[in-house]
Amino acid sequence: MWGRAGMIGIALYCLVPFYWMVVSSFRRTSDIYEISPLPSPWSLESYDAVFAEGMGFGRSLVNSLVVAGTTTAVTLVIGTLAAYALARLRFRGKNVILALVIAVSMFPGALLIVPLLKLFTSIGWINSYQAMIVPSMSFALPLTIWNLTTFFRQLPYDLEQAAMIDGCTPFAAFRRVMVPLAAPGIFTTAILAFIATWNEFIIAVTMVNDQDVQTATVRIAQFTGAAKFDTPFGTQMAAGVLVTIPLVLMVLFFQRRIVSGLTAGALK
Amino acid sequence: MSRPRGQSWLAAAMLSPTMIVLALVVFYPLVAAMRESFYTSGQTLDADGFVVEGERFAGLANYAGVAGERFLNAALNTTLFTVVTVGLEVVLGVAMALVMQRAFRGRAILRASILVPWAVPTAVAGLMWKWIFQADGVANALLGTEILWTADGPWAKLAVVVADVWKTAPFVGLLVLAGLQIIPSEVYEAARVDGASAGQRFRRITLPLVKPALLVAVLFRLMDALRVFDLPYVLVGPRKHSVETLSGLIWDEATRVHYGPASAYGTALFVYIAVIAFVFVKLLGADLLSDVRQRRKEARDVG
Repeated sequence: MWGRAGMIGIALYCLVPFYWMVVSSFRRTSDIYEISPLPSPWSLESYDAVFAEGMGFGRSLVNSLVVAGTTTAVTLVIGTLAAYALARLRFRGKNVILALVIAVSMFPGALLIVPLLKLFTSIGWINSYQAMIVPSMSFALPLTIWNLTTFFRQLPYDLEQAAMIDGCTPFAAFRRVMVPLAAPGIFTTAILAFIATWNEFIIAVTMVNDQDVQTATVRIAQFTGAAKFDTPFGTQMAAGVLVTIPLVLMVLFFQRRIVSGLTAGALK
Repeated sequence: MSRPRGQSWLAAAMLSPTMIVLALVVFYPLVAAMRESFYTSGQTLDADGFVVEGERFAGLANYAGVAGERFLNAALNTTLFTVVTVGLEVVLGVAMALVMQRAFRGRAILRASILVPWAVPTAVAGLMWKWIFQADGVANALLGTEILWTADGPWAKLAVVVADVWKTAPFVGLLVLAGLQIIPSEVYEAARVDGASAGQRFRRITLPLVKPALLVAVLFRLMDALRVFDLPYVLVGPRKHSVETLSGLIWDEATRVHYGPASAYGTALFVYIAVIAFVFVKLLGADLLSDVRQRRKEARDVG
Protein backbone atom coordinates (compact mmCIF):
# COMPACT_ATOMS: atom_id res chain seq x y z
CA MET A 1 0.00 0.00 0.00
CA TRP A 2 2.72 2.41 1.09
CA GLY A 3 5.01 1.15 -1.64
CA ARG A 4 2.25 1.58 -4.20
CA ALA A 5 1.82 5.23 -3.23
CA GLY A 6 5.58 5.68 -3.55
CA MET A 7 5.60 4.15 -7.02
CA ILE A 8 2.77 6.37 -8.20
CA GLY A 9 4.56 9.34 -6.65
CA ILE A 10 7.75 8.59 -8.59
CA ALA A 11 5.89 8.10 -11.86
CA LEU A 12 4.01 11.40 -11.38
CA TYR A 13 7.21 13.21 -10.43
CA CYS A 14 8.92 12.03 -13.61
CA LEU A 15 6.04 12.35 -16.03
CA VAL A 16 3.90 15.33 -14.99
CA PRO A 17 6.28 18.12 -16.12
CA PHE A 18 6.82 16.27 -19.40
CA TYR A 19 3.08 15.77 -19.73
CA TRP A 20 2.61 19.51 -19.31
CA MET A 21 4.98 20.15 -22.21
CA VAL A 22 3.04 17.72 -24.42
CA VAL A 23 -0.36 19.18 -23.44
CA SER A 24 0.83 22.75 -24.01
CA SER A 25 2.14 21.84 -27.43
CA PHE A 26 -1.39 20.85 -28.51
CA ARG A 27 -3.08 24.09 -27.40
CA ARG A 28 -3.85 26.99 -29.69
CA THR A 29 -1.66 30.05 -29.27
CA SER A 30 -4.71 31.96 -28.08
CA ASP A 31 -5.30 29.60 -25.13
CA ILE A 32 -1.72 28.66 -24.40
CA TYR A 33 -2.07 29.98 -20.81
CA GLU A 34 -5.06 27.74 -20.02
CA ILE A 35 -4.41 25.34 -17.18
CA SER A 36 -7.00 22.70 -17.99
CA PRO A 37 -5.47 19.19 -17.86
CA LEU A 38 -6.34 18.57 -21.51
CA PRO A 39 -6.24 21.04 -24.37
CA SER A 40 -9.64 22.24 -25.55
CA PRO A 41 -9.80 22.28 -28.44
CA TRP A 42 -6.85 20.20 -29.55
CA SER A 43 -4.79 22.01 -32.13
CA LEU A 44 -1.76 21.38 -34.31
CA GLU A 45 -1.13 25.10 -34.65
CA SER A 46 2.19 24.93 -32.76
CA TYR A 47 3.40 21.99 -34.85
CA ASP A 48 2.58 23.89 -38.03
CA ALA A 49 4.54 26.84 -36.65
CA VAL A 50 7.56 24.64 -35.89
CA PHE A 51 7.85 23.59 -39.49
CA ALA A 52 7.02 27.02 -40.90
CA GLU A 53 9.56 28.47 -43.26
CA GLY A 54 12.31 30.44 -41.63
CA MET A 55 12.24 28.43 -38.39
CA GLY A 56 14.80 25.99 -39.75
CA PHE A 57 13.64 23.30 -37.37
CA GLY A 58 13.53 20.39 -39.83
CA ARG A 59 16.99 21.30 -40.97
CA SER A 60 18.25 21.43 -37.39
CA LEU A 61 16.92 17.90 -36.76
CA VAL A 62 18.94 16.68 -39.74
CA ASN A 63 21.98 18.54 -38.39
CA SER A 64 21.56 16.91 -34.98
CA LEU A 65 21.26 13.53 -36.63
CA VAL A 66 24.43 14.07 -38.67
CA VAL A 67 26.45 15.37 -35.71
CA ALA A 68 25.25 12.78 -33.18
CA GLY A 69 25.38 9.95 -35.72
CA THR A 70 28.88 10.69 -36.96
CA THR A 71 30.25 11.27 -33.47
CA THR A 72 28.74 8.01 -32.26
CA ALA A 73 30.06 6.01 -35.22
CA VAL A 74 33.62 7.35 -35.06
CA THR A 75 33.72 7.10 -31.28
CA LEU A 76 32.52 3.50 -31.33
CA VAL A 77 35.23 2.37 -33.74
CA ILE A 78 38.02 4.08 -31.83
CA GLY A 79 36.55 3.30 -28.42
CA THR A 80 36.00 -0.41 -29.09
CA LEU A 81 39.67 -0.85 -29.97
CA ALA A 82 40.79 0.99 -26.84
CA ALA A 83 38.30 -0.76 -24.57
CA TYR A 84 39.37 -4.20 -25.78
CA ALA A 85 43.02 -3.41 -25.13
CA LEU A 86 42.19 -2.05 -21.68
CA ALA A 87 39.97 -4.97 -20.73
CA ARG A 88 41.76 -7.97 -22.21
CA LEU A 89 45.39 -7.30 -23.04
CA ARG A 90 48.30 -7.26 -20.65
CA PHE A 91 50.57 -4.26 -20.78
CA ARG A 92 52.14 -1.77 -18.46
CA GLY A 93 50.47 1.53 -17.64
CA LYS A 94 46.96 0.18 -18.09
CA ASN A 95 45.65 1.68 -14.87
CA VAL A 96 47.19 5.04 -15.70
CA ILE A 97 45.33 5.10 -19.01
CA LEU A 98 42.07 4.04 -17.36
CA ALA A 99 42.46 6.79 -14.74
CA LEU A 100 43.22 9.26 -17.53
CA VAL A 101 40.04 8.30 -19.38
CA ILE A 102 37.95 8.88 -16.24
CA ALA A 103 39.73 12.15 -15.51
CA VAL A 104 39.08 13.35 -19.05
CA SER A 105 35.35 12.72 -18.67
CA MET A 106 35.33 15.19 -15.78
CA PHE A 107 36.96 18.04 -17.70
CA PRO A 108 34.83 21.18 -17.93
CA GLY A 109 33.67 21.68 -21.51
CA ALA A 110 33.80 25.45 -20.98
CA LEU A 111 37.59 25.31 -20.65
CA LEU A 112 38.03 23.18 -23.77
CA ILE A 113 35.92 25.41 -26.00
CA VAL A 114 38.06 28.52 -25.46
CA PRO A 115 41.19 27.37 -27.36
CA LEU A 116 39.10 25.31 -29.77
CA LEU A 117 36.98 28.34 -30.63
CA LYS A 118 40.15 30.29 -31.36
CA LEU A 119 41.62 27.41 -33.38
CA PHE A 120 38.45 26.75 -35.38
CA THR A 121 38.09 30.46 -36.12
CA SER A 122 41.59 30.57 -37.57
CA ILE A 123 41.17 27.44 -39.72
CA GLY A 124 37.68 28.38 -40.93
CA TRP A 125 35.80 25.61 -39.18
CA ILE A 126 33.20 27.85 -37.55
CA ASN A 127 29.71 26.89 -38.76
CA SER A 128 30.79 23.42 -39.86
CA TYR A 129 29.73 19.97 -38.69
CA GLN A 130 33.26 18.97 -37.81
CA ALA A 131 33.50 21.90 -35.38
CA MET A 132 30.82 20.13 -33.34
CA ILE A 133 31.76 16.51 -34.04
CA VAL A 134 35.44 16.70 -33.09
CA PRO A 135 35.00 18.43 -29.69
CA SER A 136 32.03 16.18 -28.88
CA MET A 137 34.41 13.26 -28.83
CA SER A 138 35.94 14.73 -25.67
CA PHE A 139 32.96 13.44 -23.70
CA ALA A 140 31.66 10.68 -26.00
CA LEU A 141 34.96 8.81 -26.17
CA PRO A 142 35.55 8.43 -22.39
CA LEU A 143 31.92 7.35 -21.98
CA THR A 144 32.31 4.74 -24.74
CA ILE A 145 35.63 3.38 -23.50
CA TRP A 146 34.45 3.18 -19.91
CA ASN A 147 31.26 1.30 -20.79
CA LEU A 148 32.86 -1.08 -23.26
CA THR A 149 35.80 -1.86 -20.97
CA THR A 150 33.32 -3.02 -18.35
CA PHE A 151 31.52 -5.05 -20.96
CA PHE A 152 34.58 -6.72 -22.47
CA ARG A 153 35.75 -7.70 -18.97
CA GLN A 154 32.59 -9.72 -18.43
CA LEU A 155 33.06 -11.89 -21.52
CA PRO A 156 34.54 -15.35 -20.99
CA TYR A 157 38.22 -15.82 -21.77
CA ASP A 158 37.88 -19.34 -23.19
CA LEU A 159 36.60 -18.39 -26.63
CA GLU A 160 39.33 -15.95 -27.38
CA GLN A 161 41.96 -18.40 -26.20
CA ALA A 162 40.42 -21.16 -28.28
CA ALA A 163 40.57 -18.87 -31.30
CA MET A 164 44.23 -18.12 -30.68
CA ILE A 165 45.05 -21.80 -30.18
CA ASP A 166 43.37 -22.40 -33.54
CA GLY A 167 45.88 -20.01 -35.03
CA CYS A 168 44.15 -16.65 -34.89
CA THR A 169 46.34 -13.67 -34.14
CA PRO A 170 45.20 -11.69 -31.08
CA PHE A 171 43.77 -9.02 -33.37
CA ALA A 172 41.88 -11.58 -35.43
CA ALA A 173 40.53 -13.07 -32.20
CA PHE A 174 39.33 -9.59 -31.29
CA ARG A 175 37.73 -8.90 -34.65
CA ARG A 176 36.19 -12.28 -35.41
CA VAL A 177 35.30 -13.52 -31.93
CA MET A 178 35.12 -10.69 -29.43
CA VAL A 179 33.42 -7.96 -31.45
CA PRO A 180 30.48 -10.18 -32.43
CA LEU A 181 30.18 -11.34 -28.81
CA ALA A 182 30.29 -7.75 -27.58
CA ALA A 183 27.63 -6.60 -30.06
CA PRO A 184 24.94 -6.09 -27.37
CA GLY A 185 27.34 -4.01 -25.28
CA ILE A 186 28.44 -2.01 -28.29
CA PHE A 187 24.80 -1.37 -29.16
CA THR A 188 23.99 -0.16 -25.64
CA THR A 189 27.03 2.09 -25.66
CA ALA A 190 25.98 3.46 -29.04
CA ILE A 191 22.60 4.45 -27.60
CA LEU A 192 24.20 6.19 -24.63
CA ALA A 193 26.77 8.00 -26.79
CA PHE A 194 24.10 9.04 -29.28
CA ILE A 195 21.82 10.45 -26.58
CA ALA A 196 24.72 12.30 -24.94
CA THR A 197 25.74 13.91 -28.25
CA TRP A 198 22.15 14.63 -29.29
CA ASN A 199 21.68 16.54 -26.01
CA GLU A 200 24.99 18.43 -26.26
CA PHE A 201 24.65 22.20 -25.98
CA ILE A 202 27.72 24.27 -25.05
CA ILE A 203 29.87 23.16 -28.01
CA ALA A 204 27.04 23.57 -30.51
CA VAL A 205 26.03 27.00 -29.25
CA THR A 206 29.66 28.19 -29.35
CA MET A 207 30.96 26.83 -32.63
CA VAL A 208 27.92 27.52 -34.80
CA ASN A 209 25.85 30.66 -35.27
CA ASP A 210 24.54 29.92 -38.76
CA GLN A 211 20.96 28.73 -38.52
CA ASP A 212 21.50 26.22 -41.34
CA VAL A 213 24.11 24.28 -39.36
CA GLN A 214 22.65 24.61 -35.85
CA THR A 215 21.59 21.47 -34.01
CA ALA A 216 18.05 21.09 -32.72
CA THR A 217 18.74 21.77 -29.04
CA VAL A 218 20.33 25.13 -29.89
CA ARG A 219 17.79 26.05 -32.55
CA ILE A 220 14.81 25.57 -30.23
CA ALA A 221 16.39 27.70 -27.53
CA GLN A 222 16.78 30.50 -30.08
CA PHE A 223 13.25 30.45 -31.49
CA THR A 224 11.85 33.94 -31.48
CA GLY A 225 8.27 34.99 -31.89
CA ALA A 226 6.76 37.67 -34.10
CA ALA A 227 7.87 40.36 -31.69
CA LYS A 228 11.41 40.23 -30.38
CA PHE A 229 10.57 39.75 -26.69
CA ASP A 230 7.58 37.56 -27.30
CA THR A 231 8.68 34.00 -26.54
CA PRO A 232 6.71 31.52 -28.71
CA PHE A 233 6.10 28.98 -25.95
CA GLY A 234 3.67 26.82 -27.92
CA THR A 235 6.17 26.47 -30.74
CA GLN A 236 8.99 25.73 -28.31
CA MET A 237 6.96 23.06 -26.54
CA ALA A 238 6.03 21.41 -29.85
CA ALA A 239 9.67 21.45 -30.95
CA GLY A 240 10.73 20.16 -27.54
CA VAL A 241 8.31 17.24 -27.87
CA LEU A 242 9.60 16.45 -31.38
CA VAL A 243 13.25 16.50 -30.25
CA THR A 244 12.51 14.32 -27.23
CA ILE A 245 10.24 11.76 -28.92
CA PRO A 246 13.06 9.77 -30.58
CA LEU A 247 14.84 9.59 -27.23
CA VAL A 248 11.71 8.55 -25.35
CA LEU A 249 11.08 5.83 -27.95
CA MET A 250 14.63 4.57 -27.51
CA VAL A 251 14.09 4.56 -23.77
CA LEU A 252 10.87 2.55 -24.12
CA PHE A 253 12.39 -0.02 -26.48
CA PHE A 254 15.78 -0.41 -24.84
CA GLN A 255 15.14 0.49 -21.21
CA ARG A 256 16.72 -2.66 -19.83
CA ARG A 257 19.89 -2.16 -21.84
CA ILE A 258 20.08 1.54 -21.07
CA VAL A 259 19.74 0.97 -17.35
CA SER A 260 22.39 -1.74 -17.37
CA GLY A 261 24.68 0.46 -19.47
CA LEU A 262 24.21 3.50 -17.25
CA THR A 263 24.79 1.62 -14.03
CA ALA A 264 27.70 -0.40 -15.37
CA GLY A 265 29.42 2.71 -16.64
CA ALA A 266 29.02 4.54 -13.39
CA LEU A 267 29.49 1.75 -10.90
CA LYS A 268 32.23 -0.48 -12.18
CA MET B 1 48.74 -15.10 -22.22
CA SER B 2 52.19 -16.32 -23.13
CA ARG B 3 53.09 -13.41 -25.37
CA PRO B 4 53.10 -10.32 -23.21
CA ARG B 5 55.52 -8.54 -25.54
CA GLY B 6 53.28 -9.06 -28.55
CA GLN B 7 50.35 -7.92 -26.46
CA SER B 8 52.03 -4.65 -25.56
CA TRP B 9 52.48 -3.84 -29.22
CA LEU B 10 48.89 -4.73 -29.99
CA ALA B 11 47.69 -2.68 -27.02
CA ALA B 12 49.71 0.31 -28.17
CA ALA B 13 48.27 0.00 -31.67
CA MET B 14 44.71 -0.33 -30.42
CA LEU B 15 45.02 2.56 -27.99
CA SER B 16 46.77 4.99 -30.30
CA PRO B 17 43.66 6.32 -32.11
CA THR B 18 42.10 7.12 -28.73
CA MET B 19 45.28 8.79 -27.55
CA ILE B 20 45.49 10.89 -30.70
CA VAL B 21 41.89 12.03 -30.38
CA LEU B 22 42.21 12.82 -26.69
CA ALA B 23 45.44 14.68 -27.36
CA LEU B 24 43.67 16.82 -29.96
CA VAL B 25 40.40 17.52 -28.21
CA VAL B 26 41.43 17.48 -24.56
CA PHE B 27 45.14 17.89 -23.91
CA TYR B 28 45.85 20.43 -26.62
CA PRO B 29 42.97 22.69 -25.48
CA LEU B 30 43.98 22.25 -21.85
CA VAL B 31 47.58 23.29 -22.46
CA ALA B 32 46.61 26.01 -24.93
CA ALA B 33 44.09 27.47 -22.46
CA MET B 34 46.62 27.49 -19.66
CA ARG B 35 49.15 29.24 -21.89
CA GLU B 36 46.55 31.65 -23.21
CA SER B 37 45.60 32.64 -19.68
CA PHE B 38 48.98 34.39 -19.35
CA TYR B 39 48.72 36.32 -22.63
CA THR B 40 46.73 39.22 -23.97
CA SER B 41 45.81 39.64 -27.60
CA GLY B 42 44.60 42.43 -29.80
CA GLN B 43 45.89 45.96 -30.14
CA THR B 44 47.69 47.54 -27.24
CA LEU B 45 49.98 50.52 -26.85
CA ASP B 46 53.56 49.88 -25.85
CA ALA B 47 55.62 52.11 -23.53
CA ASP B 48 56.47 54.51 -26.35
CA GLY B 49 52.90 54.86 -27.48
CA PHE B 50 53.21 52.63 -30.55
CA VAL B 51 50.39 50.27 -31.45
CA VAL B 52 51.38 46.66 -30.88
CA GLU B 53 49.44 43.88 -32.57
CA GLY B 54 49.29 40.23 -31.63
CA GLU B 55 49.86 38.37 -28.43
CA ARG B 56 51.82 39.68 -25.51
CA PHE B 57 52.79 38.04 -22.27
CA ALA B 58 50.56 39.49 -19.60
CA GLY B 59 51.64 37.74 -16.44
CA LEU B 60 48.74 37.37 -14.09
CA ALA B 61 46.74 40.24 -15.56
CA ASN B 62 44.03 37.91 -16.85
CA TYR B 63 43.68 36.41 -13.41
CA ALA B 64 42.84 39.81 -11.91
CA GLY B 65 39.20 39.09 -12.73
CA VAL B 66 39.26 36.01 -10.49
CA ALA B 67 39.07 38.37 -7.51
CA GLY B 68 36.40 40.45 -9.25
CA GLU B 69 32.75 40.57 -8.31
CA ARG B 70 31.48 38.81 -11.43
CA PHE B 71 33.78 35.81 -11.07
CA LEU B 72 33.15 35.46 -7.34
CA ASN B 73 29.41 35.69 -7.92
CA ALA B 74 29.63 32.98 -10.59
CA ALA B 75 31.76 30.81 -8.29
CA LEU B 76 29.26 31.26 -5.49
CA ASN B 77 26.31 30.47 -7.78
CA THR B 78 28.06 27.35 -9.07
CA THR B 79 28.95 26.15 -5.58
CA LEU B 80 25.49 26.83 -4.18
CA PHE B 81 23.86 25.09 -7.14
CA THR B 82 26.17 22.08 -6.75
CA VAL B 83 25.68 21.67 -3.00
CA VAL B 84 21.91 22.10 -3.10
CA THR B 85 21.15 20.00 -6.17
CA VAL B 86 23.51 17.13 -5.35
CA GLY B 87 22.21 17.07 -1.77
CA LEU B 88 18.58 16.96 -2.87
CA GLU B 89 19.30 14.45 -5.61
CA VAL B 90 20.98 12.06 -3.19
CA VAL B 91 18.10 12.21 -0.71
CA LEU B 92 15.42 11.87 -3.41
CA GLY B 93 17.46 9.30 -5.33
CA VAL B 94 17.87 7.04 -2.29
CA ALA B 95 14.15 7.37 -1.50
CA MET B 96 13.22 6.47 -5.07
CA ALA B 97 15.59 3.52 -5.10
CA LEU B 98 14.08 2.16 -1.88
CA VAL B 99 10.60 2.40 -3.38
CA MET B 100 11.67 0.83 -6.67
CA GLN B 101 13.43 -2.02 -4.93
CA ARG B 102 10.11 -3.16 -3.49
CA ALA B 103 8.18 -2.72 -6.68
CA PHE B 104 7.47 -5.96 -8.51
CA ARG B 105 4.37 -5.31 -10.50
CA GLY B 106 4.69 -2.32 -12.80
CA ARG B 107 8.45 -2.28 -12.50
CA ALA B 108 8.96 -1.92 -16.26
CA ILE B 109 6.59 1.03 -16.44
CA LEU B 110 8.32 2.61 -13.46
CA ARG B 111 11.72 2.12 -15.02
CA ALA B 112 10.60 3.58 -18.34
CA SER B 113 9.08 6.63 -16.67
CA ILE B 114 12.16 7.19 -14.53
CA LEU B 115 14.26 7.33 -17.69
CA VAL B 116 12.13 10.09 -19.21
CA PRO B 117 13.67 13.01 -17.27
CA TRP B 118 17.11 11.60 -18.04
CA ALA B 119 16.34 11.34 -21.77
CA VAL B 120 14.88 14.85 -22.16
CA PRO B 121 17.71 17.04 -23.47
CA THR B 122 18.81 19.56 -20.86
CA ALA B 123 18.05 22.45 -23.22
CA VAL B 124 14.50 21.14 -23.69
CA ALA B 125 14.12 20.59 -19.94
CA GLY B 126 15.21 24.19 -19.48
CA LEU B 127 12.53 25.43 -21.89
CA MET B 128 9.93 23.16 -20.33
CA TRP B 129 10.55 24.55 -16.86
CA LYS B 130 10.78 28.08 -18.21
CA TRP B 131 7.26 27.56 -19.53
CA ILE B 132 6.04 26.02 -16.25
CA PHE B 133 7.62 28.90 -14.31
CA GLN B 134 6.24 31.68 -16.51
CA ALA B 135 4.64 34.60 -14.67
CA ASP B 136 1.22 33.46 -16.00
CA GLY B 137 2.31 29.83 -15.99
CA VAL B 138 1.06 26.73 -14.28
CA ALA B 139 3.46 26.86 -11.29
CA ASN B 140 2.17 30.25 -10.15
CA ALA B 141 -1.41 29.18 -10.86
CA LEU B 142 -1.10 26.04 -8.73
CA LEU B 143 0.80 27.78 -5.94
CA GLY B 144 -1.45 30.83 -6.02
CA THR B 145 1.60 33.08 -6.23
CA GLU B 146 2.78 35.75 -8.63
CA ILE B 147 6.49 35.08 -8.57
CA LEU B 148 8.73 36.07 -11.48
CA TRP B 149 10.66 32.80 -11.47
CA THR B 150 12.52 33.23 -14.72
CA ALA B 151 13.53 36.88 -14.26
CA ASP B 152 16.96 37.65 -12.86
CA GLY B 153 16.61 37.33 -9.09
CA PRO B 154 16.69 34.91 -6.13
CA TRP B 155 13.67 32.94 -7.36
CA ALA B 156 15.54 32.12 -10.57
CA LYS B 157 18.07 30.18 -8.52
CA LEU B 158 15.26 28.06 -7.11
CA ALA B 159 13.78 27.49 -10.57
CA VAL B 160 17.14 26.22 -11.86
CA VAL B 161 17.53 23.95 -8.84
CA VAL B 162 14.03 22.50 -9.30
CA ALA B 163 14.65 21.81 -12.98
CA ASP B 164 17.99 20.12 -12.33
CA VAL B 165 16.69 18.00 -9.46
CA TRP B 166 13.73 16.90 -11.58
CA LYS B 167 16.04 15.84 -14.37
CA THR B 168 18.74 14.12 -12.34
CA ALA B 169 17.30 12.69 -9.10
CA PRO B 170 15.74 9.72 -10.97
CA PHE B 171 19.12 8.99 -12.53
CA VAL B 172 20.75 8.92 -9.08
CA GLY B 173 17.86 6.67 -8.04
CA LEU B 174 18.73 4.19 -10.79
CA LEU B 175 22.39 4.08 -9.75
CA VAL B 176 21.48 3.58 -6.09
CA LEU B 177 18.96 0.90 -7.06
CA ALA B 178 21.72 -0.99 -8.87
CA GLY B 179 23.77 -0.78 -5.66
CA LEU B 180 20.82 -2.01 -3.57
CA GLN B 181 20.23 -4.99 -5.78
CA ILE B 182 23.59 -6.54 -5.00
CA ILE B 183 22.77 -6.69 -1.27
CA PRO B 184 21.73 -10.28 -0.58
CA SER B 185 18.28 -10.58 0.93
CA GLU B 186 19.57 -13.02 3.59
CA VAL B 187 21.29 -10.10 5.30
CA TYR B 188 17.92 -8.44 5.82
CA GLU B 189 16.31 -11.71 6.86
CA ALA B 190 18.97 -12.25 9.51
CA ALA B 191 18.60 -8.70 10.81
CA ARG B 192 14.83 -9.05 10.97
CA VAL B 193 15.14 -12.32 12.87
CA ASP B 194 17.47 -10.58 15.29
CA GLY B 195 14.77 -7.97 15.87
CA ALA B 196 16.21 -4.99 13.96
CA SER B 197 13.61 -2.31 13.18
CA ALA B 198 13.11 -0.94 9.68
CA GLY B 199 15.04 2.21 10.63
CA GLN B 200 17.91 0.17 12.05
CA ARG B 201 18.02 -2.04 8.99
CA PHE B 202 18.26 1.06 6.79
CA ARG B 203 20.99 2.73 8.85
CA ARG B 204 23.03 -0.34 9.72
CA ILE B 205 22.70 -2.45 6.57
CA THR B 206 21.37 -0.56 3.57
CA LEU B 207 23.38 2.63 3.93
CA PRO B 208 26.81 1.07 4.60
CA LEU B 209 26.39 -1.50 1.86
CA VAL B 210 25.09 0.94 -0.72
CA LYS B 211 27.67 3.58 0.22
CA PRO B 212 30.29 2.71 -2.42
CA ALA B 213 27.72 2.90 -5.24
CA LEU B 214 26.33 6.10 -3.79
CA LEU B 215 29.77 7.72 -3.50
CA VAL B 216 30.60 7.04 -7.12
CA ALA B 217 27.23 8.50 -8.14
CA VAL B 218 27.85 11.58 -5.98
CA LEU B 219 31.32 12.08 -7.44
CA PHE B 220 29.96 11.97 -10.99
CA ARG B 221 27.12 14.33 -10.07
CA LEU B 222 29.50 16.78 -8.36
CA MET B 223 31.69 16.96 -11.45
CA ASP B 224 28.63 17.48 -13.64
CA ALA B 225 27.05 20.13 -11.44
CA LEU B 226 30.27 22.14 -11.13
CA ARG B 227 30.42 22.64 -14.90
CA VAL B 228 26.69 23.29 -15.42
CA PHE B 229 25.98 25.60 -18.34
CA ASP B 230 22.91 24.87 -20.46
CA LEU B 231 20.17 24.74 -17.82
CA PRO B 232 20.58 28.31 -16.45
CA TYR B 233 21.39 29.53 -19.98
CA VAL B 234 18.07 28.30 -21.37
CA LEU B 235 15.87 28.63 -18.31
CA VAL B 236 16.84 32.15 -17.31
CA GLY B 237 19.26 33.37 -19.95
CA PRO B 238 22.93 34.15 -20.51
CA ARG B 239 24.58 36.95 -18.49
CA LYS B 240 22.01 36.80 -15.71
CA HIS B 241 23.69 37.73 -12.44
CA SER B 242 21.60 35.53 -10.17
CA VAL B 243 22.22 32.29 -12.08
CA GLU B 244 25.47 32.89 -13.98
CA THR B 245 27.73 29.89 -13.43
CA LEU B 246 31.47 29.65 -13.97
CA SER B 247 30.93 27.85 -17.27
CA GLY B 248 28.48 30.57 -18.28
CA LEU B 249 31.01 33.30 -17.48
CA ILE B 250 33.79 31.52 -19.39
CA TRP B 251 31.50 31.00 -22.38
CA ASP B 252 30.47 34.66 -22.36
CA GLU B 253 34.08 35.90 -22.28
CA ALA B 254 35.11 33.43 -25.00
CA THR B 255 32.32 34.45 -27.37
CA ARG B 256 33.27 38.12 -26.89
CA VAL B 257 36.77 37.10 -28.05
CA HIS B 258 38.21 37.87 -24.58
CA TYR B 259 40.30 34.70 -24.83
CA GLY B 260 42.75 35.75 -22.11
CA PRO B 261 40.25 36.20 -19.28
CA ALA B 262 38.15 33.28 -20.58
CA SER B 263 41.21 31.02 -20.38
CA ALA B 264 42.13 32.32 -16.93
CA TYR B 265 38.60 31.65 -15.64
CA GLY B 266 38.58 28.28 -17.37
CA THR B 267 41.85 27.33 -15.73
CA ALA B 268 40.44 28.45 -12.37
CA LEU B 269 37.35 26.28 -12.90
CA PHE B 270 39.54 23.35 -13.90
CA VAL B 271 41.61 23.74 -10.72
CA TYR B 272 38.44 24.08 -8.64
CA ILE B 273 36.97 20.86 -10.07
CA ALA B 274 40.28 19.03 -9.71
CA VAL B 275 40.59 20.10 -6.05
CA ILE B 276 37.03 19.00 -5.26
CA ALA B 277 37.60 15.65 -6.97
CA PHE B 278 40.91 15.20 -5.15
CA VAL B 279 39.47 16.07 -1.73
CA PHE B 280 36.45 13.86 -2.36
CA VAL B 281 38.57 10.87 -3.34
CA LYS B 282 41.01 11.58 -0.49
CA LEU B 283 38.32 11.86 2.17
CA LEU B 284 36.22 8.98 0.94
CA GLY B 285 38.90 7.21 -1.06
CA ALA B 286 39.02 4.25 1.29
CA ASP B 287 35.45 3.44 0.36
CA LEU B 288 35.96 3.99 -3.33
CA LEU B 289 39.08 1.85 -3.30
CA SER B 290 37.53 -0.92 -1.26
CA ASP B 291 34.83 -1.04 -3.88
CA VAL B 292 37.42 -1.34 -6.63
CA ARG B 293 39.28 -4.02 -4.72
CA GLN B 294 36.06 -5.92 -4.11
CA ARG B 295 35.23 -5.82 -7.80
CA ARG B 296 38.69 -6.90 -8.75
CA LYS B 297 38.32 -9.87 -6.46
CA GLU B 298 34.96 -10.70 -8.02
CA ALA B 299 36.50 -10.43 -11.47
CA ARG B 300 39.29 -12.79 -10.44
CA ASP B 301 36.84 -15.28 -8.98
CA VAL B 302 34.80 -15.20 -12.15
CA GLY B 303 37.72 -15.15 -14.53
